[in-house]
Amino acid sequence: MNKPIITVENLGKAYRLGQQDEQYPTFRDALVGMAKAPLRRFRQLSGGGNDELFWAVKDVSFDIKRGEVVGLIGRNGAGKSTLLKILSRITEPTSGRAVLRGRVASLLEVGTGFHPELSGRENIYLNGSILGMKKVEIDRKFDEIVAFAEVEQFLDTPVKRYSSGMYVRLAFAVAAHLEPEILIVDEVLAVGDAQFQKKCLGKMQEVSTGEGRTVLFVSHNMSAVTELCQRALLFRDGQLVNSGPTANVVDEYLQCGSSDLKHYFEPNVDADREASLLSAAVHDSSGDSVAVVRFGEPWSVTSSWEVRRPLPLASASLRIFDLSGRLILVSNTVGLPTAFFENPGTRDVTCSFPINVLRPGQYFLTIGLWVRGRGAIDEHERCISFHVSDLPHDPEYTYTAAGNPAAVAPSDWSFRSNTEPALTGGV
Amino acid sequence: MNDGITTTERRNQETSSPHPATDAIGPEKTPPAAQSTDNGANVELVIEPKSGWVAVDFRELWLFHELLWFLVWRDIKVRYKQTVLGVAWAVLVPVFSVTIFTVIFGNFAGLKYELPPELIAVYPVYVYAGLLPWLFFSNAISVGGQTLVSQRQLLTKIYFPRLFVPTATVTSGLVDMAISFGVFAVMMAIYGVVPSPRIVLLPLLILLAWAASLGIAFTLSALTVTYRDFRFVIPFMVQAWQFVSPVVYPTEIVPERYRYFYALNPLAGIIEGFRSVIFGTPFPWGMLCISTLSTAALLVYGVMYFRKTERRFADIA
Repeated sequence: MNKPIITVENLGKAYRLGQQDEQYPTFRDALVGMAKAPLRRFRQLSGGGNDELFWAVKDVSFDIKRGEVVGLIGRNGAGKSTLLKILSRITEPTSGRAVLRGRVASLLEVGTGFHPELSGRENIYLNGSILGMKKVEIDRKFDEIVAFAEVEQFLDTPVKRYSSGMYVRLAFAVAAHLEPEILIVDEVLAVGDAQFQKKCLGKMQEVSTGEGRTVLFVSHNMSAVTELCQRALLFRDGQLVNSGPTANVVDEYLQCGSSDLKHYFEPNVDADREASLLSAAVHDSSGDSVAVVRFGEPWSVTSSWEVRRPLPLASASLRIFDLSGRLILVSNTVGLPTAFFENPGTRDVTCSFPINVLRPGQYFLTIGLWVRGRGAIDEHERCISFHVSDLPHDPEYTYTAAGNPAAVAPSDWSFRSNTEPALTGGV
Repeated sequence: MNDGITTTERRNQETSSPHPATDAIGPEKTPPAAQSTDNGANVELVIEPKSGWVAVDFRELWLFHELLWFLVWRDIKVRYKQTVLGVAWAVLVPVFSVTIFTVIFGNFAGLKYELPPELIAVYPVYVYAGLLPWLFFSNAISVGGQTLVSQRQLLTKIYFPRLFVPTATVTSGLVDMAISFGVFAVMMAIYGVVPSPRIVLLPLLILLAWAASLGIAFTLSALTVTYRDFRFVIPFMVQAWQFVSPVVYPTEIVPERYRYFYALNPLAGIIEGFRSVIFGTPFPWGMLCISTLSTAALLVYGVMYFRKTERRFADIA
């Protein structure tokens, strides 16, 4: 029992580059090319040849203890998903080895194996079985799954007629009722509406803490990672660069700069939605998209929307949460002229803050579009995380002992001595 | 400016952020979940690069056997969804084929006069007896050969024994064959054909047809994943295969001395066997032995080739 439940030693996965077809300008050239080297394509396809190798994962080693919940973070292409694919035995490593000591279930996609023509009921059985459940197990949990997914009335409807929300709910519900010892999860929370995401997070937390499962969790949602995981592994260019308590690793991840820190979202596929968030980014005073904004300096948030149908009464909203989930501040366009969403098209909305009142630390942004009386048209809860840098004058200083305020107002202080001439200063 | 504020703490996140998970999990609270299902507790799974031939893991196939049935069940359920005629297609296809073959090959080309005299009158039944295994086989290899490519969604997202993908596709074809048998029974009644007592051997012949289809489907599906050219090759293959199988003509037109060579085609033995158990013609023991051997060879080779290449499926599918 003292052995780690997962041991990964020098694991690597290489892909061959340069398999794309050569371009022949004319049909005649293509024939000539084939005549000259008739077997070249054959060699390429059968995996021979001397193409360049690309290491998606390289020399990765780590141990995971029983019952640990570990977050894998890193930018797109850092190798997280490839690593999960190796650990789920979907693809074979090129080098190194991994040992898993327990029953594994992996969830790399929501609704793997769902068949659109089959009913909800049939898909629960099919998907459950594909995920590794026994039929008796599915029988036993069937009612629970249905209740969790909230699809009782549609159980005998083919899932192709489900709304995207219902589809995702059903798929997650099946997966959430797996009982493996090791659960491997890849960014499944990126789908579904905010309320359901919260429910999923809750379920994952329940599974990991209550039932003592070991969970490997890949996400770009730093809020979810921080909430769920005790430990995080940071990947960059296929290599493991840091591992430790989540807060520290998340910090490092957020601070390592990158040229494009714009966040892109899956457009909401629900055709009934009038608008959908495409991308969003946090900008500093010079207009660069950043992961870290300096305390006290101006900053802004720009979101890009696809407006499909006129929304004359819409207002954009921005909410900022701290690491512990406390709502720190809200800003919206209620009361401003809102003609902006009246015509379909793509729109950029920028909210500028003349000064940064957030105290140093990590924050999450919720971006939404609301219509009064109808609620959110589209809202992405805690979809972007950013960091406010330490105080410029004293990095050791924190506000915790000062009553733990939500925000700190950079303000002008003046000092006047009754015996000396006036003196002014500010933060 | 400093009143009431100390600078002793470092990063406030560490002290103020709640980590419920950290508190709740101790090493003494290890999983109770494992016992509920199978013997997962002492499983040790080693993942490392493999090379060369890979043995079939029968224990694992057994562990996942329920999934195979679910995949078969899915294929059957889905096959005729959103078709107007539904299951009627399983009846119509063989009926049309019999009609065409009877008219063109039997009457125009005169192939039916090659038959023993007592069978000439029941030529349509004779053709149908050959079509039963043939349609199963040709359908199994044309759909089975593409099956890995058409289900790449599954291959790239989840692990399960890959051998199940073609197996499920081929096996679900047995249902179509069962329906065709219903039609066949009606036709036999109309033409007054009484099956011979050897009909009890029929399940064995079906098993042989299933095994031969599996062998080919394993090989073709693995080849199609790597070389998509096979998508274009398979239809031709099926067509050519039909001409070297006694579907529309009796085996008698193949010269005696080539018979055993001819039986290397598993379908030759199987179709002859089908006809023999129905019409009571002499049972082709020799041909069937050879066909059984070649089926076994095809199956073993198919499984081996499939296992050898399966580690690359997810990367190239």
